[in-house]
Amino acid sequence: MSDYPVLAGATATRKEQSRASAQLGRVRSTRSQRQAAVMAEAQRRREGEEWEEQGGAEETEAPKEEAPKEAPKEAPKEAPKEELKEAQKEAQKEAQKEAPKEEAQKEAPKEELKEAPKEELKEAPKEEAQKEAQKEAQKEAPKEELKEELKEAPKEELKEAPKEELKEAQTEAPQTPTRPLLATRSTSSADPDDDSPNMIVYRKIEDIVTRIQDETEGVPIRTVKSFMTKIPSVVTGEECEGTDIVQWLMKNLSMDDPAEAMHIGSLIAAQGYFFPISDHVLCLKDDGTFYRFQAPYFWPSNCWEPENTDYAIYLCKRTMQNKTRLELADYEAENLARLQRAFARKWEFIYMQAEAQVKIDRKKDKTERKILDSQERAFWDVHRPVPGCVNTTEMDIRKCRRMKNPHRVKKSVYGLAEEGTQSHSPVHTPSHHSRKGTREDVEKEILFLNTQLDRHCMKMSKVAESLISYTEQYMEYDPFMTSPEPSNPWTSDDPTFWDLEASKEPSQQRVKKWAFSLEEALKDPAGHELFLKFLESEFSSENLRFWLAVQDLKRVPQQEVAQRAQDIWAEFLAEGAPSSINLDSHSYERASHNLKDPGRYCYEDAQDHIYKLMKSDSYTRFLRSNVYQDLLMARKKPETEQGRRTSLEKFTRSVGKSLTGKRLTGLMQSS
Amino acid sequence: MGEMEQLRKEADALKDQITAARKAVQDTTLEEAAAGVAVVGRVQMKTRKTLRGHLAKIYAMHWATDSKLCVSASQDGKLIVWDSITTNKVNAIPLKSSWVMTCAYAPSGNLVACGGLDNMCSIYNLKGKDGNVKVMRELAAHTGYLSCCRFISDTEIITSSGDCTCILWDIETGTQKTSFAGHQGDCMSLAVSPDFSYFISGACDFTAKLWDIRDGNCRQTFAGHESDINAIGFFPNGQAVITGSDDATCKLYDLRADQELITYQDSSIMCGVTSLAPSLSGRLILAGYDDFNVNIWDSLKAERVGALAGHDNRVSCIGVSADGMACCTGSWDSFLKIWN
Repeated sequence: MSDYPVLAGATATRKEQSRASAQLGRVRSTRSQRQAAVMAEAQRRREGEEWEEQGGAEETEAPKEEAPKEAPKEAPKEAPKEELKEAQKEAQKEAQKEAPKEEAQKEAPKEELKEAPKEELKEAPKEEAQKEAQKEAQKEAPKEELKEELKEAPKEELKEAPKEELKEAQTEAPQTPTRPLLATRSTSSADPDDDSPNMIVYRKIEDIVTRIQDETEGVPIRTVKSFMTKIPSVVTGEECEGTDIVQWLMKNLSMDDPAEAMHIGSLIAAQGYFFPISDHVLCLKDDGTFYRFQAPYFWPSNCWEPENTDYAIYLCKRTMQNKTRLELADYEAENLARLQRAFARKWEFIYMQAEAQVKIDRKKDKTERKILDSQERAFWDVHRPVPGCVNTTEMDIRKCRRMKNPHRVKKSVYGLAEEGTQSHSPVHTPSHHSRKGTREDVEKEILFLNTQLDRHCMKMSKVAESLISYTEQYMEYDPFMTSPEPSNPWTSDDPTFWDLEASKEPSQQRVKKWAFSLEEALKDPAGHELFLKFLESEFSSENLRFWLAVQDLKRVPQQEVAQRAQDIWAEFLAEGAPSSINLDSHSYERASHNLKDPGRYCYEDAQDHIYKLMKSDSYTRFLRSNVYQDLLMARKKPETEQGRRTSLEKFTRSVGKSLTGKRLTGLMQSS
Repeated sequence: MGEMEQLRKEADALKDQITAARKAVQDTTLEEAAAGVAVVGRVQMKTRKTLRGHLAKIYAMHWATDSKLCVSASQDGKLIVWDSITTNKVNAIPLKSSWVMTCAYAPSGNLVACGGLDNMCSIYNLKGKDGNVKVMRELAAHTGYLSCCRFISDTEIITSSGDCTCILWDIETGTQKTSFAGHQGDCMSLAVSPDFSYFISGACDFTAKLWDIRDGNCRQTFAGHESDINAIGFFPNGQAVITGSDDATCKLYDLRADQELITYQDSSIMCGVTSLAPSLSGRLILAGYDDFNVNIWDSLKAERVGALAGHDNRVSCIGVSADGMACCTGSWDSFLKIWN
């Protein structure tokens, strides 16, 4: 269908590129012919939906080919269609950005197909005849717009001095026609109220970047022959060395470690705020590499989401200019080839846009052009990164959906007419967030606040103390703080530690832990086994057994719940129960009430009560008991030594212990 | 209108009183109280294992209670259960919806759950009779994306959603037991208390809320962050809450003092916190950030004592195993790394 030669193979050599562009140029000799062709196409499109869809399929298939892991495998049926549409759009965008790594995803959900042709529709009808006129008009408009924007957006971002400079720059260089720095911008600037996560970071970075460029406190710059004196470094393209940036960051952000400065510097570079002059990979190196600062026009905070049409224009433009420094890198050539296939139908239009841009560029001063070219390239390095580099403009999909300005119209880098309503997210749901408090809400709030007020706040000192003592108590059990014995299985590849933990013969360290709290004792199977044994020896094990039974009840399958609940009642709570537990009247009543409709949690109150009882009574006794103490102490002494003790010694010791034990129990029982 | 005005005034007055009550107990700060505590010193951890296999961004991971197995969820539409020691994949579960945002491992080890843009929480039985892993339940009721889920047992699970609510489900019947409403913004994350009686949720309204699981009421609300709270966790003693936010800070709130104890921040950290996990003793807090690093904080002194750098893209999730032996990080670079 396409009239234009499409580059076959993934890698187009430079020769092929120039041949292709030459051919493209030759195909349309007159303007009127061009107009006619485009109008005819537009006409055809308006006529048939299906035909469009097919055309759309062609268009979207190519980018889909690149669609790596991001694109959904198939149209998920359960998910709410709208959500998916948007998510898929995001995925599609992302897919288009990344270079191909995996096999193509051929299936494209219908919804996407419908959207893509709409894009084409909107652009095609804007005839070339109109275009020139438009551009002229736009040339005048943006200066005003830009001034407005400069007033609003940078209020927070830029300090006073640079703002003045920028404004001056605008007034001083009015003759320079539409081009990135002063080019057309369809609509709004960065929304000062936009606090999406990326924006928050951009603002912080911009603060740093502005300071770096400050004349007095910024980085020492190497001045390139500047033809205008008061223009900031962004325009004159003053360069500075990597080491200087690192030094500046260390000094001004109080960092001791150069690695940290490198990390932040690379973060700033990856976002495109400054860039190495001769490399596509955006990172900071601590050496003599030269860096240039990005023009504020291109800052990510302006919420650029450049379409592939813009990217196509850019790449196409580069092939038209016969400069070695503008030669496409391999991945760029591949991208261009792909885009040519994708936009086969409107390549005409793209080509002309590129031509127009080249014309504009030619009128500029050579040095300025070089600088603006590098800035433009850096911009694309951010939005269409080198394969293998992270796309830093990606946003978490959970946050994307909450973008404050879903109606924000997408701007075109090269002044293409507005994309209009596409960027309007069909699924943005502002509903919950803009909900104003109703009377009921406020009343609820008041109730809540009253309960809060009634709560007793513990003193900070007490709270701090309890936190500190907890960390100290558990420090020896924290493998990140204390090397575990015999060894950390992860580092030594020796699983002995885990074997010991799982064994029924607990280490002394483990036994010690049981004394920290009742929770710890019960958590460890060996711990609660010993506890149970102890209580059985005292004939007071019913509490623990009840507690364990109720824990169990929470885990049995639904059909067994009722029966189990009844069994527990019969065993522990009924009159004359074999293991009668001592419950307060309130819990008892709750339990018997709940038993009418037994659920897993019918004994919750009772369990809480029993737990508290155990904690204050039996648990403390357990810790003082022979069985526990023996275990705690005995582990210290090796087996053989014990065996050597005389029976008399053993006898006296055990008698002494049991006497003390009895005395204590006697005390407890009486109280 | 006048009545609303009055009510609002009343609410504001109460808020002031609460602020005053909180101030009244501020007889010291955690930093002051911890001044005498020995410093931790530099904590250096190395990557011990790298779990490779996902093909797209990893959004979530969760350790099993045996400290050896873990589950991860990625936007390539897969849920993978890993044996972290051998790095083998025990299960690779294909999902119906690839837009998964969270995953969880049941304490028993029998079930795993996940959910995302499909607004549902899908429960998978790992110990099915014929060895196949199948969907056991699909819990649908949320009207927004599923941001986080955590099992209480094999029969109950709590989920948080972009519809600003959290729900406690009965897995067997597949129905909602309790709905926890109150947040004014998407709920991004939740954590259950060690004794399973409370849970906390962090939301995009910049607050964290403590909920009573049984009666469904919000017990406490903690404010102070300047942006979305992405991550939340309990301090191991169950008495304090740690939160991580897009404002690049983490905060520690105490439940009994009902206020913030300390903030973990540094001027050189600009990117938001995506995930966090305390070490076993609570002395260290490991937090994952959007700038591809994990920073390790001394929880008592609010000093950075280490960093884990090894991922090539955002760290999206982090977890410390139950025995405290190792920490696992998952990233948008599609890899999981085990560190200690």
